[in-house]
Amino acid sequence: MKLKVVQYLDKEEFPLSEGEALALYRAMRRARFFDEKALLLQRQGRLGVYAPFMGQEAAQVGVALALGDRDWVVPSYRESALLLARGLPIHVLILYWRAHPAGWRFPEGVRAVNPYIPIATQIPQAVGLALAGRYRGEDWVVATSIGDGGTSEGDFHEGLNFAAVFHAPVIFLVQNNQYAISVPRAKQMRVDYIARRAEGYGMPGVVVDGNDAFAVYLEAKKAVERARKGEGPTLLEALTYRLAPHTTSDDPSRYRTREEEEAWRSKDPILRLRKALEAAGLWDGDLEEALLRELEEEFARELALADQAPEPTPEVIVEHVYARLGLDQRRAWEALRRGKHVEELW
Amino acid sequence: MVAEKARVLNLVQAINEALDLALARDERVLVFGEDVGRLGGVFRVTEGLQAKYGEGRVFDTPLAESGILGLAIGLAMGGMRSVAEIQFAGFLYPALDQILSHLGRWRHRSRGRVGLPVVVRAPYGGGVHTPEQHADSPEALLAHTPGVKVVIPSSPERAKGLLLSAIEDEDPVFFLEAIKLYRGARAEVPEGYYTLPLGRARVVREGKHATLIGYGGMVEVMLEAAEVAAREGVEVLVVDLETLVPLDEDTLLEAVRETGRAVVVYEAMRTGGFGAEIAARIAEGAIDYLQAPVVRVAGYDAPYPPFSAIEHHYRPSAKRVLAALRRVLTH
Repeated sequence: MKLKVVQYLDKEEFPLSEGEALALYRAMRRARFFDEKALLLQRQGRLGVYAPFMGQEAAQVGVALALGDRDWVVPSYRESALLLARGLPIHVLILYWRAHPAGWRFPEGVRAVNPYIPIATQIPQAVGLALAGRYRGEDWVVATSIGDGGTSEGDFHEGLNFAAVFHAPVIFLVQNNQYAISVPRAKQMRVDYIARRAEGYGMPGVVVDGNDAFAVYLEAKKAVERARKGEGPTLLEALTYRLAPHTTSDDPSRYRTREEEEAWRSKDPILRLRKALEAAGLWDGDLEEALLRELEEEFARELALADQAPEPTPEVIVEHVYARLGLDQRRAWEALRRGKHVEELW
Repeated sequence: MVAEKARVLNLVQAINEALDLALARDERVLVFGEDVGRLGGVFRVTEGLQAKYGEGRVFDTPLAESGILGLAIGLAMGGMRSVAEIQFAGFLYPALDQILSHLGRWRHRSRGRVGLPVVVRAPYGGGVHTPEQHADSPEALLAHTPGVKVVIPSSPERAKGLLLSAIEDEDPVFFLEAIKLYRGARAEVPEGYYTLPLGRARVVREGKHATLIGYGGMVEVMLEAAEVAAREGVEVLVVDLETLVPLDEDTLLEAVRETGRAVVVYEAMRTGGFGAEIAARIAEGAIDYLQAPVVRVAGYDAPYPPFSAIEHHYRPSAKRVLAALRRVLTH
């Protein structure tokens, strides 16, 4: 199978409507703004361990905006940009990364589930969620995401095979950001493109320049349309790069060079999109400044909201284990509620 | 609502009937797994269901247990009620990431937004000369997983009502079916739809001298031992736990307090088995009533032997239970 990397930016044509192009840019800029703020908050001790997505905004936002309101997102842990673009409020996302219980229940209207921490377990679950829509007569599509390293897991294989066999309406977004923490792609697999694996499952595989928001968005749209029409799943590989560390606990200087990072920095998806918008007369310094002011105000408001969340009380630990507290949870709940531990109450 | 009429069914037939009734009653219920469609399952538990309810609601999956569990979880997330079959409990292991990391955790990690009505049925246990890995009893592993329930019926009549409760339940339930009982256990089973509550143990034989505690395939072994003991004038109380999680501690402790002597019987490997949890609960809650140490009759700390000529030395028998009873009675 011959694979060609789909690319639109840095070319003459402008394949999107102005509205779509501006929506992509605004959502990507907003996501980047969040990422930068999150890293600062983390350094101030006001956020837990955080997984930045900087550099992958086009891949995530491109897919998010290609989805309809009724569609679901089943994300991995580096997908804050995807979640923000799907409407998860910033204060909820802050509380999520603070490991505050109030941030772990996503609002009912947000069609996204909590990020997955284990690798690739989301893949077969996304297939199930997609099939549930079919049973219910609701034509929702599911977008799920994984990294290049995650494609080595058995669940990736099982999930893609299930999706193909059951013709499930799923978009598998692989953000190939070149590293699984420190292990480079070349040590992870022998294939040139992960999208090539799609043929082995019997589904279309598409590889896009993942730092090209137009390419991601347009290919994701095609995949969503196919899924919605009952034509099954698509494997969409976005070639990109994680500009920041794996998490706030990581030190990338131990496994990659500054030169490599700089080379990718020049391909920053936000800068590239901005250039295209400016060339088309859709964006300028004033608009950028106004957007940043707006984002600053929004973030301040949302941070204040997050800061207002009351400290969780210990009995929260045993709540929501089951629909109703069992005997063992009730005993623990009553002890914790009284500032005790269960073994103190015998 | 227990129907009047009852007929004699074996465990396979009773479970098949429960699945049939659940599929008929609630269109969200889906039955799937390996070979459950056209074949009707390797033990024929799902026989006839695909023909009756169609390939949409009763279907074969690719041969991948983690995929099956992931599918079950995703379907439940989307509002369906998954009843997945894993061909043998010993084949649950490829799905452990889905089970340990997600199945029992989704409600908690979403603070109640995502509850998973999933039932995972799997045959377990030995006694019928199955090949290697087919006789495992991994209930302790499952019981050690937060957020899931574990049910192990001991008779056709109980199995039907318990399975219907499990399918109605809003939380994930593992439903382990003793292979030995599939065709070996026969009992009168009421017709029609009825449920039996999860989380309740029951006393299946009254007695005042010693208490036997077990579940699933061990209940008939305990009853056989109790019958023999009765001939020698020893009255043994027998408790069928039925639900391991949530555990009915009240019934368990009351049954031990009545006799002051307890033997716990399970066919899984001894160390870290669920019987160890029972012994610990007895120690915590009934130590003042005990007149002898709690004794466990269990499998050995070795893989379940695939050697048919000697497997009965691993799986607890009435003879071994009687020896343990003698020990607690003469202490």
